[in-house]
Amino acid sequence: MTSSPNPVPAEFPRTHYLNAAYGLKSWLWTRDHKRIALLYLVSVSVFFALGGLMAVLIRMELATPEGDFFQPDVYNRLFTMHGVLMIFFFLIPGIPAVLGNFLIPLMIGAKDLAFPRINLLSWYLYTIGGAFTLWALLHGGVDTGWTFYTPLSTNYVNTAVLTVGVGIFIAGFSSILTGLNFIVTIHRMRAPGLTWFRLPLFVWGHYATSIIQILGTPVVAIAILMVAAERVLHIGFFDPKLGGDPVLFQHLFWFYSHPAVYIMILPAMGVISELVAAFSRKPIFGYKFVAFASIGIAVLGFLVWGHHMFVAGQSIYAGVVFSVLSMLVAVPSAVKVFNWTATLYKGSISWDTPMLYALGFIGLFTIGGLTGVMLATLGIDAHVHDTYFIIAHFHYIMVGGAIMGYLGGLHYWWPKITGRMYPVFWSKLSALVIFIGFNVTFFPQFILGYLGMPRRYHSYPPEFQVLNVMSSAGATILGIGYLMPLVYFVWSMRYGPRATANPWGATGLEWQTTSPPPVENFAYPPVVTAPPYTYEAQPAAGKGAARVV
Amino acid sequence: MPNIPNSPLFPEQGSDIARSVDHLMLFALGGLVVFSTLIAVLVLVFMVKYRRKHEGEIGEDVYETNPKSQILELVWSVIPLGLLLILFGWGTKVFFDQNRPPTGAAQYWVTGRQWMWKIQHPNGRREINELHVPLGQAVQLRMISEDVIHDFFVPAFRIHVDVLPSRYTTYWFKATKTGEFHLFCGQYCGTEHSKMVGKIVVMEPRAYEAWLAGEPAGGAQAAAASGEQLFVAKACNTCHRPDSSARAPILNGLFGTQVTLQDGTRVTADENYVRESILNPAAKIVQGYQPVMPTFKGQVTEEELIQLVNYVKTLKAADGAAEARK
Repeated sequence: MTSSPNPVPAEFPRTHYLNAAYGLKSWLWTRDHKRIALLYLVSVSVFFALGGLMAVLIRMELATPEGDFFQPDVYNRLFTMHGVLMIFFFLIPGIPAVLGNFLIPLMIGAKDLAFPRINLLSWYLYTIGGAFTLWALLHGGVDTGWTFYTPLSTNYVNTAVLTVGVGIFIAGFSSILTGLNFIVTIHRMRAPGLTWFRLPLFVWGHYATSIIQILGTPVVAIAILMVAAERVLHIGFFDPKLGGDPVLFQHLFWFYSHPAVYIMILPAMGVISELVAAFSRKPIFGYKFVAFASIGIAVLGFLVWGHHMFVAGQSIYAGVVFSVLSMLVAVPSAVKVFNWTATLYKGSISWDTPMLYALGFIGLFTIGGLTGVMLATLGIDAHVHDTYFIIAHFHYIMVGGAIMGYLGGLHYWWPKITGRMYPVFWSKLSALVIFIGFNVTFFPQFILGYLGMPRRYHSYPPEFQVLNVMSSAGATILGIGYLMPLVYFVWSMRYGPRATANPWGATGLEWQTTSPPPVENFAYPPVVTAPPYTYEAQPAAGKGAARVV
Repeated sequence: MPNIPNSPLFPEQGSDIARSVDHLMLFALGGLVVFSTLIAVLVLVFMVKYRRKHEGEIGEDVYETNPKSQILELVWSVIPLGLLLILFGWGTKVFFDQNRPPTGAAQYWVTGRQWMWKIQHPNGRREINELHVPLGQAVQLRMISEDVIHDFFVPAFRIHVDVLPSRYTTYWFKATKTGEFHLFCGQYCGTEHSKMVGKIVVMEPRAYEAWLAGEPAGGAQAAAASGEQLFVAKACNTCHRPDSSARAPILNGLFGTQVTLQDGTRVTADENYVRESILNPAAKIVQGYQPVMPTFKGQVTEEELIQLVNYVKTLKAADGAAEARK
C-alpha cells in the first residue's frame, strides 16, 4: 500500500488501519472492526467459492436426465453441502459480518463496535464452525438436505450429520454475538446529534437483522441439540418409532430458518437504500416508511414459519393463518421497492457500477418477492411445494437479492475499505453478466417447477431436459460473472488508482474520513446536524461536495 | 410412457382441481406481470430521464416538499394489501377443495417406504409404484410411511401431500382424463429419492373393472378378510368382544362415532384414532376402561395396520352391542 510510484497527495493518508501494523498476528489478534471485517471477507469468500463449485457440479449432473455424472449419494451430498455452506456460512454472515462490521461504527461516528473482543470472538467461532463443516465434508459429507428433516436425519442416514450440526451450532453463536454487538453499538455509541431518524437506512436494516439473530438463532441451536440427542441417545423427539413427532422438527427448524431469510435480505435492503440515495443524490423517498418496513419485516417474519409446511400434515386451518400472515409480510417489502423507485424520480442519477448492481437487485427482488406471494397462496403452494419453482423463488431472493446487494455494497464501499478504485468497464460488465447469467439460470426453473419437476432429484424425466440445459448454461455465465469481481478486486488492491475520501460524492459519516480510514476511524469526533442523504447544491464544487455535517 | 406435457408452461390438467389451480396461478401471474412491468418501466424511465447531467448536480427532494407524499405511501400499501387478500381468499378456497374429499370417495391405501410406493385398492388388490383408477370417480388415498417422510405428488392433479410415519394423511382427486401421469415423491427421502417415482393410470371405469378382475388373488373384501385373520392371530378378539363381559371397548359400530375419553374429551374414532390405539393404547383411554392393553408397536407392520383398520371399519353394530354402547 505504501509502494505507490507517485507522491501521495495530502488527501491520501500516510497511515491507516491497513498499514498501522504488519504481520499475521496483527490480523489474527486485531480488535479493529475494520480488520475483522476483512477477516470475514476472506472467510465468506472461501465458503462462497466452495458453495459455488458445488452448484457447478450440481448443474453438470442435471444437464442430462439420467443420473450419469455422480452416484446418487454423491449428488445428495453435493446439494446438501451447497445449501449448508451458502446459507449458514455465506449468506447469513455475508453482509452483516463484512459490510456491517466495517461500516456501522463509521456510519454512526464511533471508534469501534461496543465489544471489540467479542467481535473477534465471533469471527473465531464462525471459523471453527466452518472448519467442523469442512471436516465433515472430507469425512463422508452429509446427505440430509440443508433442512435436516427428521426422522431421515436422526435415524436413517449414517453420514456426518453430527459434525455438520456441531459446525452450524458453533457458527450460530457467532451470529448471536454479532447481533448483540450491533444492537448495543447502535443504541449506545451514536455520535452527538445522530438521532434514530438520522441513521442511515443501512443501520436500520442491520438493527432489524440483529433482532432476528438474537431471538431466532437459539431455536435452531435447540433443534440441533434435539437431533443430536435422538441420534446418539435415542431420545424420541422426532421419530415416531421412538414415540416422537417428525413434524415437530419442522416447526423448530423453520421458526429460525424462515426469519433467517430476512437475516439475509434485510441487510441487502439496507445496502440498496444507501446506493439508491447516493447515486440519485437525494434523500430516500419515505425514509421512515423504509426504516419501519425493516422492523415490520423482522417482527412479522417470526410469525410465518408455517408456510413451509402447508402440505406437511399440519392442519389446513393452521395453513390459512400462516398464509394470511405471509401475505402481510409482502406489504413492507413492496413499500421498500416503491420507495426506491420513487427515490429515482427527479434524482440526479449516475450509472456507476454500484448503482447497476442496485438496479439488478430491484429487478430480481421484485420477481423473487412476487413469486413468494404465489407461494404464500395455499392453492398454488400445494402444487409447487418442493419443486424447482421453490428453488427458483428463493434463489431470486437470496442470490438475486442478497448477493446483488452484497456485491453492490462491496463495489460502493471498496474505495473506502481499500483506498483503491477498480476498473470501471470490467465492473459494469460484471454487473451485466451476473444479471443475465442469473436470469438464464433460474428463470427456466420457475417453469420446470410448475411443470412438476421435484427438487433434489438426481435424475428426472426426459421431457424436462431442455429447460435444465438452459439452466446449466446460465450457471456457466453466472460463474464467469462472479469470477470477474474476484479478479479485478484483487488486482485493484495493488494496482487500482488511489481513491479519494469521497469518490462518489455521497453523504454519510463514512465518507468524511479518509480512504482507507485511520485506526480510530475519525481524526476528530464527528457531530451530526442534519438528516441523512442531505445533499446541498454547491455551484462550483465537484465530487465530494455534499456534507452531512 | 407418462404423457409429455403438451403445453410448454403448464402441465397436463388431469382433474377439475388442476384447472382451478391453473386459473388461480394465471391470476397471480397477471399480478406479477403488472407489478414487475410497472417497476421496470418506472425505474428505466427515471434512470434515463433523470441521469446526471453535470457533476455538481443533485436530486430534488420531492418527499418533503410535497404534502401528498404520505398519501402515496398509504396508497401503495393499501392497494397491494387488498390484492394480496383477494389472492389469499381465492387460494384458500382452492386449497380447501384440494384437501377435502367429497363423501363417498373410494378408499385406497398408500404405504410409502424408501424407495417405493405400495398401493392397495378398495377390493384388496395391491400394486407397486402404479395406481390404476377409474375416470370420473372420486378417489381418496389414506397414506402412511414405514420410515421417513415422503410426499405424494402428481403434477397433473396439482397437489402434494406429505406421507408421514406417524399418522395417516389424505390425498384425493377425481381424474377427468384417461392416460398415464407422473407420480413423484415430493419430499427428499434419502439416496434413491429420485427413483421413488411411479405413474397414475386413469382408465375408463369399464376398463378399470376389467383390470381389477384380472387380478389372480383378492376379490371383494379381501383386505378386511385378512384383517379379520390378523385380529384373531394377534388375539385382539380375546378382549375386544361384542358382548357385555368385554374388558375392552366394543369395536362393533365404533368407527366414525364420537368416543369419550377418561378426561372427558371427545374424539372421533377415525383411521388415525384406531391406528394410534393399536400402537399406543395408553394415549387415549376410553372412559370406563382400564389401561390394560399392551402396545403393538413393532409387532405389526404398517400394511398389517391398514388391514386391521379396514377390518374395524367393517364391524357393524350388533343390536346388543349398540345398546351396550349407549
